[in-house]
Amino acid sequence: MADEPLVLGIETSCDETGVGVVRGTTLLADAVASSVDEHARFGGVVPEVASRAHLEAMVPTIRRALKEAGVSARDLDGIAVTAGPGLAGALLVGVSAAKAYAYALGKPLYGVNHLASHICVDQLEHGPLPEPTMALLVSGGHSSLLLSSDITSDVRPMGATIDDAAGEAFDKIARVLDLGFPGGPVIDRYAREGDPAAIAFPRGLTGPRDPAYDFSFSGLKTAVARWIEAKRAAGEEVPVRDVAASFQEAVVDVLTRKAVRACKDEGVDHLMIGGGVAANSRLRALAQERCEAAGIRLRVPRPKLCTDNGAMVAALGAEMVARNRAASDWDLPADSSLPVTDPHVPGRSHDHVHEVSKENLYS
Amino acid sequence: MLLLALDTATPAVTVALHDGTDVIASCGQVDARRHGELLLPAVDRVLTEAGLRLDAVTGVVVGIGPGPYTGLRVGLMTADTFGLALGVPVHGVCTLDGLAYAADLDGPFVVATDARRKEVYWARYADSRTRLTDPAVDRPADIAAEVAGLPAVGAGALLYPDTFPRAHEPEHVSAAALAALAAERLAAGVELPAPRPLYLRRPDAQVPKNYKVVTPK
Ligand SMILES: [Zn+2]
Repeated sequence: MADEPLVLGIETSCDETGVGVVRGTTLLADAVASSVDEHARFGGVVPEVASRAHLEAMVPTIRRALKEAGVSARDLDGIAVTAGPGLAGALLVGVSAAKAYAYALGKPLYGVNHLASHICVDQLEHGPLPEPTMALLVSGGHSSLLLSSDITSDVRPMGATIDDAAGEAFDKIARVLDLGFPGGPVIDRYAREGDPAAIAFPRGLTGPRDPAYDFSFSGLKTAVARWIEAKRAAGEEVPVRDVAASFQEAVVDVLTRKAVRACKDEGVDHLMIGGGVAANSRLRALAQERCEAAGIRLRVPRPKLCTDNGAMVAALGAEMVARNRAASDWDLPADSSLPVTDPHVPGRSHDHVHEVSKENLYS
Repeated sequence: MLLLALDTATPAVTVALHDGTDVIASCGQVDARRHGELLLPAVDRVLTEAGLRLDAVTGVVVGIGPGPYTGLRVGLMTADTFGLALGVPVHGVCTLDGLAYAADLDGPFVVATDARRKEVYWARYADSRTRLTDPAVDRPADIAAEVAGLPAVGAGALLYPDTFPRAHEPEHVSAAALAALAAERLAAGVELPAPRPLYLRRPDAQVPKNYKVVTPK
């Protein structure tokens, strides 16, 4: 095991400052500092607030991760960092830290894709990813169905939301119900005591002519808000638990139905679910039920690995090292719209740049 | 002593090495949109030019602004992380002080950099080593009386000739000046500020209004 790559990963694409350490597919540390409380009163993530928090939290979080992992920075085989997609200013803080750390330690730098990291993190929970793997990624920033035959080089988008991300819909409905931010956990909690069949909210893009694997949550969001407003206008009490349960059911019904269908159509017998919304208890339960019925093996990491964290970046970085992928250049940019099809950002003139730099590094 | 100095608080990405007596290597590029991409290669270039390795550095000096935030953080995050990896102290220097030092003036003057949004970051100085006021951010017209008649340096001064008719070079800060100033202060036993950013403005954050009513009226 000692010859498996030891990699430190840095994640700052949104409001979590994450630093993780992994050896191969083994999780050694997962340190996260969140600025979520600072955003709560704004009802959403404020980019500048997140960026400021990343700068303050970075060095203490790196220290914490190394301590937790019980390894020395000198023993690392590489530094991985989320190069995109995400909030530009927030990404840039992590990329700056990762570059400086890699350069100072004389280690290769791997700028990796946030979405591919969400998939790869499952290796830390359930061992090497089956190839191919179908992945459903759902969070406040993304809702995509991806097919990967090699997480370091081939990620193919099957479908994605055409409007809001699933997590965004949770946040918005929570706001309409005055339940605060973030909306995911609180809706999940109320929904447990509600009737998911109480109100028949619409299932977006499920018509026979609709794209098979794309999602839409904006119509659902409007329908739920309209339903609540009608109740309020009529002076009736809003049945918060039933609304939460019925809304949640509409979201997870579509997500799991399309994911299972994609697996069947592509002949893939594994489905992984990642992203913050994967922490939703009803999504996990319904996915389990439908996958079992379809003979598909479901892989969902524990909730803490589903939300944004540094371990997922380290997991993908370790895979890059293990598969001999080219390291990134020192001028690696933070790319807020890095395409999902780029699992990492290899250097253009990799060998040359590192030859020049070697002189200045630790021997 | 070997100080690595860097500053990304202005459109310049600037890096220098100082051995306690002299600047031994420096490099700078002006590109307000690519601080993140340019900084590490610039550090690499300066070390190569000096024939030194990063682990020879005994201290890091970083411009703490004020400056537009996104760029400013690149320098600070890089300096912080170098400090962590190398186990050396990281010193902050006000970016305006670096510009003042490079201006090399004996009498009173003003330093002003571009704060965008039609504002400047600025401070008044008695001479190149002595700042009289805390760095502030203002509209040029609002501080015209306070800076009247004084020579001024920095891109903010050059940008608003109505307020700063006696504006001249240097336009941007140089890490060489920052390093020389820090070396001088450290030698004199002066404690330098912590490497924390001078934002001077609160983050832009609109509290979303009550959710938009979607039911057609
Ligand atoms: Zn994410």
